[in-house]
Amino acid sequence: MTHVSRRSALVLAGTLGSLLAAAPPAAAQQQAPPVAAEQQTAPPAAQQPAPLPPGSPLIGRPDTAAAQKLAPIAPPPIPVAADKLPLDKLKAPKGFTIDVYASGVDNARTLRLGDKGTVFVSSRLKDKIHAIVDKGGKREVKVVASGLHRPNGIVLHKGTLYIAELSQISKIDNVEDNLDNPPKPTVIFSDLPKDEAHGWKFLTVGPDEKLYFQVGAPCNICMPSERHAKIYRLNLDGSGLEVVASGIRQIVGMDWHPTSKQLYFTENQRDWLSEDVPEDKLNRVTQPGKDNFGFPYCHQGNLPDQEFGWGHSCNEFTKPIALLGPHAAALGMRFYTGTMFPAAYRNQIIIARHGSWNRSTKVGGDLVLVKLKPDGTFRSMEPFVTGFIQNNNYVGRPADVMVMKDGSLLVSDDYNGAIYRVSYGPQRTARR
Amino acid sequence: MRSLAIGAIVAGLVALPLTAQPLEERLPTCFACHGENGTSQLPETPSLGAQPAFYATVQLVLFRDRLRVSEPMNEMTKGLSDTDLQKGADIISKLPPPQPVADTPDAVRTERGRALAEQHRCNFCHQSDYAGRENVPRLAGQREDYLLKALRGYKDNSRYAYDAQMSDVVYPLKDADFADLAYFLARLK
Repeated sequence: MTHVSRRSALVLAGTLGSLLAAAPPAAAQQQAPPVAAEQQTAPPAAQQPAPLPPGSPLIGRPDTAAAQKLAPIAPPPIPVAADKLPLDKLKAPKGFTIDVYASGVDNARTLRLGDKGTVFVSSRLKDKIHAIVDKGGKREVKVVASGLHRPNGIVLHKGTLYIAELSQISKIDNVEDNLDNPPKPTVIFSDLPKDEAHGWKFLTVGPDEKLYFQVGAPCNICMPSERHAKIYRLNLDGSGLEVVASGIRQIVGMDWHPTSKQLYFTENQRDWLSEDVPEDKLNRVTQPGKDNFGFPYCHQGNLPDQEFGWGHSCNEFTKPIALLGPHAAALGMRFYTGTMFPAAYRNQIIIARHGSWNRSTKVGGDLVLVKLKPDGTFRSMEPFVTGFIQNNNYVGRPADVMVMKDGSLLVSDDYNGAIYRVSYGPQRTARR
Repeated sequence: MRSLAIGAIVAGLVALPLTAQPLEERLPTCFACHGENGTSQLPETPSLGAQPAFYATVQLVLFRDRLRVSEPMNEMTKGLSDTDLQKGADIISKLPPPQPVADTPDAVRTERGRALAEQHRCNFCHQSDYAGRENVPRLAGQREDYLLKALRGYKDNSRYAYDAQMSDVVYPLKDADFADLAYFLARLK
């Protein structure tokens, strides 16, 4: 590096420092007058923010004006009325129709279907699990559980609703028989970390009739503890905790391949490395108990972390089967197992990309169709339902998808507190 | 004395059939505690002036749904509709910002608070003038005792955080840091 470029780097640092220091008025202005070259040669540490403490969730954020504009996007706290939903903005391929299935479902996240046709909906920022009962076309939204802490993960198995909150797992037996007077959930497992960061869970039941869920990394980028950044499984009674996979930053969507029965999951990658990398991943567990997906050493399967990557190679870790877009926040995913959609959709994956916040130009905000080869590896990815981003702003954010018994697909929108239904084929007369 | 006054107001409220009271009739009670024009004179009671409407709506919903627990506020918001809460939040957002503490600031404490705020990047989400934006509250000129209470509440989880941001941010901070931050922010114009 030449002397000149080092000097300009110093001047730049000094300018940034004084810009930052100038932000709060009064006292700060006395200390950082915006003048004089001599001032800028003073130790820049005096003007620049001190380093963040170890483990701070803010590590990795650059101090630039463009980065300062970016922050996680909070959904409005009130569900949007049915007639104000952005239905006319959403686009699907020819032959598909999108309707509103339900509105007023606060912060709608994970979707699950009961054997008797009840649709269960979780939330992340509110305390409730909702049930939607369809009585001859008239849908009623009920609260089945409340007072929960970040109850993002839900799954139904043999009539029992299992709920994964931030730090415990509970259940309600025979839930569909008790929708009007549901008992309080019974806790079956509570030995989980209590970190808020990436503390919310996705919950599913495997072909082995065990509960699968993740404990995310409690940070954007950090060396996780032994307990974090893993997928675990548990017996249905809460016993027998085992590690299924490790090196996972955060998951909000998992599903089982209809024929191979292998576990596929979306994984959100770190923020603040750059606008365009790393990309989120679609992963597959092929060696339960052994797979390590690379966090925090390696991102997107081929990008060593600038700090933790030293001394490691991305080849040490299980590769993703597909990349899903930079900061795109790929969340809910399901294999399409219905028969209503064209044959090309059968046993392929539909993924809800919630959409980026850590990027100047937003990406995601759509459903994508990922097609697999017969061996279960990646073949292609194409847009399916689009339009949640308009003029670089969200008009809604898809969080999860679920295949209904008739083969239609439900989509939850946690931004608007709504659920849409995507169907294919000639339209029946709209029910009013 | 002040808590007695609040007690009297709350007692008065409880005696009324609150759920039957529309928003407009409740508003004078709001400003009895939060101050005329939204600049609070009551300990540990925040100034509301110029809070972003989004943030104010979130907090009002959390109070009404009892996710954020504060008896007077849970009572005050009981039975109000979503539209009422949004209307209330709009009114709050249009009030003038609170006047910062007008003493001669202790330069050392101010500097400690300023350095902490920058070190922890408070200015990223709360904006460089700490006026807040969308779901992120205004901090400039807020009551010092309320800022301290809020920060402690995020740290010990006694205050419900809408999303996880604040719980994360305060995690590495100590109580002495909270005091310096509150001192600095309460004196910002």
